[in-house]
Parts: sequence; C-alpha cells; structure tokens
Amino acid sequence: MSDIVAGGHSPGSISALYRHARYVIGENKVTGFAFGMFLLIVLAAVLGPLVVPYDPLASDTTAALKPPSGSHWFGTDQLGRDVFSRVVVATRLDFFIAVASVALVFLMGGLAGVAAGFFGGWTDRIVGRIADTIMAFPLFVLAMGIVAALGNTVQNIIIATAIVNFPLYARVARAEANVRREAGFVQAARLSGNSEFRIVLGQVLPNIMPIMIVQMSLTMGYAILNAAGLSFIGLGVRPPTAEWGIMVAEGSAFMVSGEWWIAFFPGLALMVAVFCFNLLGDGLRDIVDPQRRT
Amino acid sequence: MLSMIVKRALIAVPSLIGVVIVTFLLTRALPGDPAAYFAGPAATKEAIDQIRVKLGLDQPLIVQFGRYVKDLAKGDLGSSLTTGQPVGQEIRTRLPASAELTLLGLTVSMLIAVPLGIAAATHPGSLIDHACRVVATAGVSLPVFFTGLILVYVFYYLLGWAPAPLGRLDVFLSPPPFVTGFYLLDSLFAGDLALFWAALKQLILPALTLGIFSLAPIARMTRASMLAVLASDFVRTARASGLTPYTIIVTYAFRNAMIPVVTTLGMVFSFLLGANVLVEKVFAWPGIGSFAVDALIASDFAPLQGFVLTMAVMYTALNLIIDILYGLIDPRVRLEA
Amino acid sequence: MTAVPLLDVRDLTVEFQTRRGVVKAVQHVDISVAKGETVGIVGESGSGKSVTSYAVMRILDRAGKIAEGSVTFSNMDIRKADEDEMRSLRGREISMVFQNPRAALNPIRKVGRQIEDVLLEHVKSAHDNVAEKAVALLDQVRIARPRERYHAYPFELSGGMCQRVVIALALACQPQLLIADEPTTGLDVTTQKTVMGLIVELTRARGMSTILITHDLGLAALYCDKIVVMEKGHVVETAPSRAVFTAPSHQYTRKLMRATPRPGVSLRDLLPDDDASAHPSATVTKLTVSDRKPLLTVHNLVKEYPRKGSVGGFFVKFQRRPAPEPEVFRAVDGVSFSVGRGESVGLVGESGCGKSTTSTMVMRLIDKTEGTIVFDGQDIGEMPAKNFARTTLRKRIQMVFQDPTDSLNPRFTAARAIADPILRMDEIRGRDAIRARCEELARQVGLPIDLLDRFPHQLSGGQKARVGIARAIALKPDLVILDEPTAALDVSVQAVVLNLLQELKDTLGMSYLFVSHDLNVVRLLCERVIVMRAGKIVEQGPTGRVLFAPEAQYTRDLLAAIPHPKFDNGPADPARVVAGS
Repeated sequence: MSDIVAGGHSPGSISALYRHARYVIGENKVTGFAFGMFLLIVLAAVLGPLVVPYDPLASDTTAALKPPSGSHWFGTDQLGRDVFSRVVVATRLDFFIAVASVALVFLMGGLAGVAAGFFGGWTDRIVGRIADTIMAFPLFVLAMGIVAALGNTVQNIIIATAIVNFPLYARVARAEANVRREAGFVQAARLSGNSEFRIVLGQVLPNIMPIMIVQMSLTMGYAILNAAGLSFIGLGVRPPTAEWGIMVAEGSAFMVSGEWWIAFFPGLALMVAVFCFNLLGDGLRDIVDPQRRT
Repeated sequence: MLSMIVKRALIAVPSLIGVVIVTFLLTRALPGDPAAYFAGPAATKEAIDQIRVKLGLDQPLIVQFGRYVKDLAKGDLGSSLTTGQPVGQEIRTRLPASAELTLLGLTVSMLIAVPLGIAAATHPGSLIDHACRVVATAGVSLPVFFTGLILVYVFYYLLGWAPAPLGRLDVFLSPPPFVTGFYLLDSLFAGDLALFWAALKQLILPALTLGIFSLAPIARMTRASMLAVLASDFVRTARASGLTPYTIIVTYAFRNAMIPVVTTLGMVFSFLLGANVLVEKVFAWPGIGSFAVDALIASDFAPLQGFVLTMAVMYTALNLIIDILYGLIDPRVRLEA
Repeated sequence: MTAVPLLDVRDLTVEFQTRRGVVKAVQHVDISVAKGETVGIVGESGSGKSVTSYAVMRILDRAGKIAEGSVTFSNMDIRKADEDEMRSLRGREISMVFQNPRAALNPIRKVGRQIEDVLLEHVKSAHDNVAEKAVALLDQVRIARPRERYHAYPFELSGGMCQRVVIALALACQPQLLIADEPTTGLDVTTQKTVMGLIVELTRARGMSTILITHDLGLAALYCDKIVVMEKGHVVETAPSRAVFTAPSHQYTRKLMRATPRPGVSLRDLLPDDDASAHPSATVTKLTVSDRKPLLTVHNLVKEYPRKGSVGGFFVKFQRRPAPEPEVFRAVDGVSFSVGRGESVGLVGESGCGKSTTSTMVMRLIDKTEGTIVFDGQDIGEMPAKNFARTTLRKRIQMVFQDPTDSLNPRFTAARAIADPILRMDEIRGRDAIRARCEELARQVGLPIDLLDRFPHQLSGGQKARVGIARAIALKPDLVILDEPTAALDVSVQAVVLNLLQELKDTLGMSYLFVSHDLNVVRLLCERVIVMRAGKIVEQGPTGRVLFAPEAQYTRDLLAAIPHPKFDNGPADPARVVAGS
C-alpha cells in the first residue's frame, strides 16, 4: 500500500531496516553469533535426518552404553542407539514444536490482546478474565494438566504451550495497543475516514509487530524448554521418538552411575538452542527499539 | 490500605472459581477408567459398574461437579486411588517439603541476583555488567532438570561432596517432630543440630538447582529496572543536590527500582512452582510435585485435583501478598486505589 | 573595576560519545556570572544551553565530557576537582532547578524527607530538628500548610507546588549560584509568573547569582540582567537584556527576536527580513460581515466524565459518611460560541480548562453529554462519533494536532500519511493521480517534494508539522481545528508555520478554531477569541477588544502573566513587574 503513493520503490523501510540490522549485528558480535547459531539450528532441523551417520531408532544392544569415541561422537545409550544421530534428528522435532507453538500463541494471544487493548470494554474484560484464569495456575502445572487430559501427542504439546503462553502475549499486545489507542496518528486516521477495524489492522498492528517478533523469539526458547520438561516427566513425546527432553529423562537414571553422555548431550543441545533464541530475541530488540536494550 | 487488600482479595475470588472449574474439567478428561483401576484387574464388568456407581462416576458431569464443590467446602479433597490415603492428608505432609525447597532456592537466588543486578547497573560496561548479562541470558536457557542432573553428576558422582539424591533425609535418620514441616526449622526447635546439618546437606543441591533457575529473570529485571531508574529525572535531581552515591543508590534508586522486581517475583514464583515438579523428580524429593506426577501417570484424579487446586490457591495467595508488598513500597498504589 | 566573576566559563567545549562518533554539543563557549547577577541563556532546541549547565555542575551523562576550556567557580577549578569536592559543591554552593518538576522528585518519598536529605548531607548542624527546618523551607517557598504538606508525596501536589518543592530543595543550603533550567516550561502561564516571581524574590533577597536557561526571550529579558544567546553549541551574542531586546546585534538574535510573538507586531513581522519579502501577502479575500453566516454553532455544550473511584459504588453504600465529591466531573460545563465562514477564532485557556475537550467534541471524535453542535445547518452532535466518521461531513471538519511526532504513524512515509484521507474519502483514484495530489499539497505547505518519501523520524519538527497540515487540508475542509499546532516547535519555526497557516486560510477560504494557551499567538492569527476556565467561557469577543480591554478578571490575570519586559518605560524591574500587575 505504501508503495502506491510513494511512487514505486520506497527507499525507506526495507533497505534501511536491512542496513540497520547489519550495523547492529556487526557491532554486537554476540548478536552475530546468535544469528549464526540460529542458521545452524535451522540447517540441522532441515537436513539433519538426511546426513546423520546412524539411524536414530536403530538399537544395537551389543554397543550399549559406550562412551564418546571416534565412531560414536556422543556415545551410545542403553539400547545401543547413537546419541549424536538422535540429538541431531531431535532438532527437527523440537524446532517444529517451538515454531508451531509460537505461531499459534501469536495468532491467539496477539490478536486477542490487540483487540482488548484497542477496543477496551467487553473485549478487554473477557480477554482479561481468560488470561487471569490461565495465570492463576503455575504455568507448567497447567501445561501438565492439559497434556495429561488431552493425550501425549505433539499436537497437544503445542496446544498446551500456546495456551500457557497466552496471557503473556495478550498482555504485551494489549499494552502496546493501549498506548497507541489515543495516539495522534490514530486520531488522525479516524479523521481520514478509516474505520476502527482498518485502523487496527493497517495502522496499529504494523507498529506493534516488531515488539511481538521480539517476544516470539524469546518464547521459542521457552516452548522448547516446556516440551522438554513435559517429556522429562513422561508427559511429552513417547519413546522411541528422538526428542531432547525425553533423551535427558532416559539418560538421567544413568547419570548417577557415571554414564553421563546419554543425558548430557541432549541437555547441552537444549541449552544451546534456547540460549541462541534468547540472544536472537535480545538482538532483535536492539534492532527494533534501541531504547529498550537490556 | 485495608480497602485495597479487601478489593484485591475479592477480585481473586472469580479467579479461584475459574480454577476450580478448570481443574475439575481437566481431571475428568483424564484417560483411563478409575473404576476399573479401583476394582482391580480381575473384576467383572458388573463389579466395575457397581464401583462406578459407588464412586458417583455414572452421574452427569454437573452432578459430579456439585458433589465435588460440596466436598471441597467441607475440606474433603477425596482419596487417592493408588494409596487409599486422603488427599488432604498427603498434601499436608508433602507441601512443607516443597515449600522448604522452593523458599530456600528463592532466597539463595535473590541474595545473588539482586546485588548482581544492582552492581551491573551502577557499573555499566564493566566485567560485572557483562557477567550479569551472560548470567541473565544463559540462566534462562538452562533446562532446570538438566541443571539438577549436572549438579548431581559433578558434586555427587565426581566429587562426592553431596549426598545421594534420595530425598529429604538419609534413610537411617528419622525426621524431627512435626512443628512446621520444615526440617531445617523443626530440627532447630528440637535442638538437634546433627539432624539440622543432615537435612541441610540433602537440601543444598536441589535448592541450588532452583536457585540457578530463578537467578536469571531476577537479575535481568533488577538490572533493567535499576538502569531505568538511574536515568530518571529525580535521580538527576539527587545528584545535583550533592547526595552521596550510597544515598542515591539505596534510598533513591533502589526502592523505586524494586517495584517492577517485586512484580517479577510473582512470575518467578509461578515458574518455580512448575520447576518444583521437575526438580523433585531428579532428587526423589517427597514433595507435592512428585505427588502430582505419580498421580498423573496413574490417572488418579483426586490427588491431581487436590494438587492443582493447592498450587493455584497458593499462587493466588502469593499474588495477594505481592500486591500488598507493592502497596507498602509504592504509596501511589496505596493512596490512589 | 572588574570584580572576579563568581562563575567563569572560558572556551568550554563538551563532547559526547555516540554511536555515530564524537559529537560536540557545546563549542568554545564563554559565559561569566558575577556575584548577585542574573544571567539568561537563551536558545532553541539543540543550542547546547542545558549541556553547558550540566557541564558546570559536572553532572553530564557518562558519555559526555569536558573536552576543552575551563570552568572556574569561586576560584575553584571545576575541571580539576575530584568527585568528592564536586559533591560537596552541588546543592551547597551551586544548585539546580529543572524542567518538569513532578518528575524531578522521588515519587515514593515524602517531599519533606527529600528536603531533609539535602540538609543532612550538607549542613552539619542540621541534625537537630531537621524536620522543623524542612517545614520552614516549605513555608519560605509559599506552600500553604507546610506542616501538612511535609508528609505529601509528589503525585499529590500540583505542578506548581512540585516546582516550589524543587526550589526549596535547591535553596535549602543557601547556595551562591542557582541554575534554573527551563523552570516554568510546562506550567500554566499564571503559575509561571508566580514561580518566576518566587525564584527572583528569594535569590535577590540572598544576593544569589542565577542562571536562567530558557527558550523564551521575553522571559529572559524580563528577569535577567544579562543575556547570552546560543545557537547550535556556540554563543552568538552576550549583552545586557535591554540591548538584546531593543537592539540585537547578531543576525540569529535578530531572527529570534523577530520570531517571538509579542504585542504590536503582525504575522508577517515574525519572519526574518529576507523571508518576509519573498512571501508577498496573499490576496486576502476578506469577507464582509454579512457573509459570515456561522459555519459552526455550539450551544450549551457539556461533557461529563465519571469521577475516578466512583466505580467502587459497591463500597460506597457501606460507608457511613457520604461520598465527598460529586460522582461526575464536568470537563466542559455549558459552552456556547460560533465560528463564521472564513473566520479564525481562538480558544484560549490554561491546562484543564476544557478547551481541548471542547475542540475534540466539535471534531466529533468524542460524544457530547448535552448541548448541540450545528455545522453548516446540520446537527452533528446527535449522532455517535462512530457514525459521523462515515458521513460525508467528516471530510469537511479536519484537525491539525499538537504533537507532530505523535500524530504521524512512524511506519508511514510522509506521502502515505498525507494520502490517507485521500485514499479513504476522496474520489481521486490511481497511483499517479494520488501521488500528484500529494505533491501539490506538499508544495502548498512548503514541504520539499523529496521529503515525501521520508519517515517521521527522518524529518525535523517543522517538516513534520507541515506534513500534518498537508494532511489536514488534503480534502479542502471548511473548518480546521488546530490544537496547539506550534506549541512543540522552536520559535523561529513557529513563525514560519503560523504564516503558512494564515496563507492557507486565506487561499482556501477555511475557518479556523485555534486552540492555544498562548495569547500572543492567538492575537496574531485570530479575529475573535474565547477565553475558557474550568469548563466555562469567561469571556469572548473580537481579539483586539478582549486583549486590550478585557472585561473579566481572569482574562486580565492571563494577560498580566505573560512575561513582557517594558523596556520603553525604563529599565526592566522584575520586582516591580511581579508586585504591580
């Protein structure tokens, strides 16, 4: 839309954003590192299953509980499965869970929050009530309950994570929309004959998007931890699926007896992935709104 | 002030009602048939049906809900199918175990996180600042169960400093007489220092795990909040008035900065209650979290209901306390309410 | 006889480390303040006037430092002093009063305690009955019921009272030098006068030196002995107030002087000489009186808001004593006026008088509670605001907003922002046609075409204001409501924008409802003026009559509060001005 009246190409938005992004990444090596790691994770998720040395599900009891070596970089677990292959393959599942949950909660929570913040009144009250009810539970406990009630499937994990994160998104979106509700440019848009609906979608939402994107990146990390936690207590994915959390659970019994690699490497992968998403979120926040830098 | 507290308490009531309803629905949606479980593997269909009627499970949901609420009002949380014990009793013994762990962990983390955040904010760009930022970001990334496992591996398996992760006390010792349910306090009340020390040794690793878990958000919030306050106009006035750095940081900046930190504490506590479940599994802690997990696996709905309800009530009570704390620190909340 | 100045700033250069490199905020600045002298530092935004004072007190940001030059206070080298020495100086020998008084006080600490903190820090003997001393200070700054107010929190006090507390803080230890950085900006004009009067009275009584930093030349000339004019980090002129005000020597000072709205000048006079000649007066189609059928008639307009706290009606029933205040707050309490075609009417009042609420109701952005609004013969007050947006009348009433930054969508280019009303309500269709119209509007408001594709953060304040004006006139409205359109602009930019508004009005035959707190600006642009206070109209009539021979006491108070140095009647004597009027 902005192209129409800007007479073709807009020298403003995209290229300026890109330049600014490159400047921030270049200046802050940590952010650059996070971007690099992020690409690596995406690569592993996409190509992982194709390039791993062993079949992640193939068990070989003769080679069980072997420590890391040349042939098995991360060692083998109690069923003789190659830990390295399993860790890499699990990337896809965990990444998918993260992305799906975040997308779902953005749609549900983000839009609900914007509507609540902008229109107020009953919308606000209802959204607030829902958020409060969810917030009355310790979030992980609620996730546990939802997955237990609905069943141990990946879909349900995604749904549970989305529900549990709903209040946070709704709150952030609501606060942002509320601030802009009486802003000068919104009033001006009303004077220009825009309907309220058009204002929310065309004027307010684009302004809020950057902050929501930062939030989404931070939540990706939490979503993975959530899924892993659920798997750890037996409420997540079912064996023999390769998922980081369940691998840590399976390996935890062996921790006390010294076979540390079974739980360690998946745990490390978890840590690195979540760390990367959090750094990414911080970096995005720098790009989007330097005043809010932590 | 009192009116504010009453108002806040009343607002919590609809939340609690919502909690009761949601809990009920969730647990009734659990897979598995409690009647069949209760009757045993050899039971006939008629026997199972009889037991179902006895348990009231054949009634429509609304009626079941009514019974549930009636029982709740009497303080009866039902009985566990697996152990046969009344749920209320179990919770009463297990809750202090979890509470002791959580409070200790929270205290440890606050003692480290708050000064760290303040130091980072007052010395921007320094080593402490970088350390704080790394801690804040990395700490949030650590899966709490992983941290626990690593700690066990390093301090128990490798170094042998910590005892085996087998619960609150060594198998050969018996707990102190019940006063609060907190072993640390009860052993002190009983004057038994050896027991105190034994309980503490078992507590260290799990509390440390929880502490590490909650360190990050608190440090991050403290730092951000201090930074914002130090850049504010009234701190500039304080500096221009020649007040000492100590007065500026403590009397002017810190108290104002604590306001958002207190709010964060509520959020952190919510995470902690969830993290409890995971930590209790790692350390075989006989707390309320492991109680819930066992019940979940067995589709034992009474303990589960009891657990979720207890957690939610605790959390609501905690939020009320935080609101009160808020009112104590910030007169604007008190007087404008 | 040259006495050693109390403060001697020589060749001062202050640098800031920014992401784009080193920025010199202040360059080679010389300022001297003698004992007992009041010096004004005048400049527009970005002139470096505040930075200079922060450098003197060494409370610059971490990123800033004194790169060159010297600062000597009472024979002490400020640059070489260590932090402990500086701390003992601050608050005790040199103190500061800032803009935005409520934000300058600790929000969660009682004001009395805050004063005590300063006393305890610097005055050794203060430990005995420090509370009494604090109360005494509150009394000195003329705060009523000081003993009670000691326990007050800043949010419980008005802006003016907060500023008095800040002054009490600054003067608590009897410093030799007081730096007042825009102490009255943001306060109502009547409060401004009392606060300035207080500062002057207290500092003169103690023989203190004062530095008054302000963008208002009139204010400086009225209260200061000497004025230093700064532009973009440099001092361009230093002279006694009288000289600066009556015969400025530097070109920038002249431009500033000309641009300041004051009695006896016309709009055209505000512009610098060369600019004025470049803009030949628009052919003013002055309509005769009989042509002036009222375009807008407002009758008995009322707007009520429920009072905060009355929502807890549930609890009220349980209270013994009745609720202390009425349940509703009347922001606008029975206002009637009209605006003729092609006429420009000013709506004036201090903050909270209801002028903005009135204009928002006329704009049909909010609904009225009672009364009628008739526009071009049609009653537009009855239908809800939401419905009005869909009628064709919407495009005939438009608005120019106060804050140019806030009123532009940060993600829209200037062209897109201007095009918004065209896209929604005009018949022009097609990319090129719309672009052509945007360019035409840009030309009309004097916005360079190449700026059309920029985003708001890439435009200056004046440019953003032009975009807002272009957007408002895009649909050729009959009535434009201007809500303090130049309040956020520098005075030289304001001069240009006001002239532009006049031109546009005459060329396009629009009517204006000009809402402002600044009587001088209203005098220049409006034929009639309405004075409001506490939701009611106090006085209305032709501008000349109301401003030269006001009937209402409040109008007289407002006029008297405008700082205007009377150099023609001899040397300015602030004491006389403060006391007399």
